[in-house]
Amino acid sequence: MKKTDYQMIIVGGGPAGLTAGLYAARGRLETVLIEKGATGGQVLVTDWVDNYPGFYDGIAGFELMEKMTAHVNRFDLEKKFATVASMNLQGEQKVITLESGEEVTGQTVIICTGAKPRKLGIPGEEELLGQGVSYCATCDGPFYRDQEIAVVGGGNTAIQEALHLTKFASKVTVIHRRDTLRATAILQEKAFAEEKIEFIWDAQVSEIIGNDEGVASLKIQHNDGTTSDLGVTGFFVLIGVAPNNEMLPLKQLETDAGGFIITDHEMCTKLPGVYAAGDIRSKNSRQIINAAGDGATAELSAEHYLSNMASPANP
Amino acid sequence: MAEKHVITVNDSEFEAKVKNSELPCLVDFWAPWCGPCKSLGPVIDELAEEYDGKVQIVKMNVDDSPATPGKFGIKAIPTLILFKDGEAVDRITGAVGKAQLKDLLSKVS
Repeated sequence: MKKTDYQMIIVGGGPAGLTAGLYAARGRLETVLIEKGATGGQVLVTDWVDNYPGFYDGIAGFELMEKMTAHVNRFDLEKKFATVASMNLQGEQKVITLESGEEVTGQTVIICTGAKPRKLGIPGEEELLGQGVSYCATCDGPFYRDQEIAVVGGGNTAIQEALHLTKFASKVTVIHRRDTLRATAILQEKAFAEEKIEFIWDAQVSEIIGNDEGVASLKIQHNDGTTSDLGVTGFFVLIGVAPNNEMLPLKQLETDAGGFIITDHEMCTKLPGVYAAGDIRSKNSRQIINAAGDGATAELSAEHYLSNMASPANP
Repeated sequence: MAEKHVITVNDSEFEAKVKNSELPCLVDFWAPWCGPCKSLGPVIDELAEEYDGKVQIVKMNVDDSPATPGKFGIKAIPTLILFKDGEAVDRITGAVGKAQLKDLLSKVS
């Protein structure tokens, strides 16, 4: 066996990957977790986590992920900080090729590459990125002290982060394409009670207008056919996620229309020895708790596969 | 350790250490409350080692030093600005990959 021939390769170090890694390290499997940046995934940019069981006072997203990382470190999980360029997951030996050209091989792979903020795809969005257009309220909120800004979206992330932005901005306008929010009730109650938050319902942003200083206003297309302009200096796009699937062999795997990987309820993909866990999976709810749950399930499925491979009755 | 190749500057040191630097400088504007900045950290350390003697990698905490980011119109972090002969040559916003940063650095090295 080559030195790089692991029993398990985990790609991605968010809640799903770290939980799979925790189980694998405790199972004493030869495992490596590959992560492109720092471990923690999207939770690193989550202002506050109030629904992770056990943390009854709530916890900063950042801090929760430090704890999860410290947890896997206690069991000496091997980590490799590198960007994956491509994968070949067919056959018994799976091959992961890194951006450096190095190949890492293993018997099983758990894909935990997660998701990233979805873009609107409207004029001005690319050009004004970092000049007033943002996908991260926790990162960029403090640059908008006493300014008027807007958020587009109606889910948990949009409303949670709109509330966070009221700590800095003088006014936060939430623009939503429907007349009701998808966000959970307790967040809706907080948002409706917050004086700094205003809503524009049944409307979409069609263009972002900039000047020398960055974002200046938004063109708003209302569902009744009318249009209007909203003057803002910051615009936060929080409309859900898109899969991090660029490095995946999509022809070898089965994906849904959005590009997320289809698995069964044991996290098995259509390829033997290949599993997917967390936000990269095709599913309805993307929460920290079910990403972690997916990670545990995927690791146990992979262990089961490895033990069948090793069994003399099944050479 | 890679960290020794990275220097930290504040508003009052910016002129001397970046504007008047003989080497081109890549300045990483970051803050402790920014998750993506943290995820960029290991990549920055690696680049500092690889480009030792060719490009000076610099970190500036925007919480401690608000004037310089204000001057360069920074409204999002992480933002990385590449300086050559005291002039801002190019910039990148967001936790981008190492390959993209190497592309950026190829403009001065």
